[in-house]
Amino acid sequence: MIRIEHLYKSFGDVHVLKDISIEYRQGLCNMIIGASGSGKTVLLKILIGLMQQDSGTVTFNGQDISSLPYAQKKHFRQNIGVLFQNSALFDFATVIENVMFPMDFFTAWSRREKIERAQYCLERVNVQGNDRKYPSELSGGMQKRVGIARAIALNPKYLICDEPNSGLDPETSILIDQLIHGLTKEFGMTTVINTHDMNSILEIGDNIGFLHKGNMLWQGTRHNIFETDCQELRRFVCANSLARNIMNGRQ
Amino acid sequence: MLREFFIQTGRYFLFLKMVFKKPEKWKIFWKQFFIEADKLVVSSVVLVSVISIFIGGVLVIQTASNMNNPFLDRMLVGYMVRETLILEFCSTMVALILAGKIGSNIASELGSMRITDQIDAIEMAGVNSASYLVLPKILSVTLLSPLLVLLSLCLGLFGGWLVVYVTSIIPLAKYMAGLKYAFTEFYVFYSCIKMSFFCFLISSISAFKGYYASGGTLGVGRASTKSIVISCILILMFDLIITQLMLY
Repeated sequence: MIRIEHLYKSFGDVHVLKDISIEYRQGLCNMIIGASGSGKTVLLKILIGLMQQDSGTVTFNGQDISSLPYAQKKHFRQNIGVLFQNSALFDFATVIENVMFPMDFFTAWSRREKIERAQYCLERVNVQGNDRKYPSELSGGMQKRVGIARAIALNPKYLICDEPNSGLDPETSILIDQLIHGLTKEFGMTTVINTHDMNSILEIGDNIGFLHKGNMLWQGTRHNIFETDCQELRRFVCANSLARNIMNGRQ
Repeated sequence: MLREFFIQTGRYFLFLKMVFKKPEKWKIFWKQFFIEADKLVVSSVVLVSVISIFIGGVLVIQTASNMNNPFLDRMLVGYMVRETLILEFCSTMVALILAGKIGSNIASELGSMRITDQIDAIEMAGVNSASYLVLPKILSVTLLSPLLVLLSLCLGLFGGWLVVYVTSIIPLAKYMAGLKYAFTEFYVFYSCIKMSFFCFLISSISAFKGYYASGGTLGVGRASTKSIVISCILILMFDLIITQLMLY
């Protein structure tokens, strides 16, 4: 479980996050949703320790990693798999080398064992047979899948995804969503997804937090998002025609 | 502006502190070391060779044409070419050329990795990205650059020999005698030390600029340009300082 309590973050006079408190539970697809500029990415970066909060705590199963020294923080990060918005695959490495990267550093496995594990991860995300290709030779959807394979290579307890559907066609988006959802259930990970894609939210949003101008205005699930009284969330939801129709139908 | 200078200088030294940490795995470090040595040093051999041969030839012609006085022995042409190559060209001039090639290579590579989140991905994998990415670059360039000095020296002298042989601008025997005249071995050592230090500056400054690049692809270009400009200025500044320290 990841718990965020009374989190504040400012850049100069701009208050990006104001008193954010939320819990992300194990085995669920927890989502941070909100319009562009609402503070989602900053919250996610604080969550994974790439940015430091002004005040407040972020605890992973009771352990506050922001207070850890660099060496311990580095060690702890092995428990966190991250899928970046643009996949962030290493250009200098092939697909299989990308997936093997964390294994090279933190396992004592033989090369054969690492290759087997990497191939298993790639099969799990349906990109087998592309081991020797470089990221530039893959489509956007395939790059995301390889990114997921790399993120789960060391069996992480936490999976953090930053806009996993950005730049993908709707069909591939749904496949990526289902893949993340399936892996979350299968490995019992605590997954946090940062998105503004309504289709994803409706597809896999088990636990949703709505950010608006740095405030966490609403928390709930995909099942009760249409019953909200929060006007900002209603506007956000209704920007998607499918969601608008559902909401209008319910009314 | 002065404040910004001190901030950047402080950040640079903090960056070096991050870089010079014990590698996570020596096996991976050595692998990266040889990859970087090939990419940065070995790939510069052709450029350094071509420039050195031509400069050696040009130096012979220029020196010979400025030494028409019959009281000056023509042997001095060879001597002056050798000394110019050892003392200044093979280290300082080659370093300025490498600042463009190696500096832009390192800054643009790291800058691209920064703006596409690859550096964050390395950090999130639990690896010290500065040490993993930058240490092999700095060490390979710093340790192997003296070989470029020696190569440049040999080829520069060969370029001079070629011009003398083809044009007979001075007698070949005089040129060869000049090359051997009053040779000070320490100057070669001095040149190698200078080159190593310049290459440390080039690689660390361009890595620093690339590592902290921001502002998209334009930011990468800016980082690359800045790293070359700063490296060139510092090379000339430290050329003066090292020369003062080592030769007087």
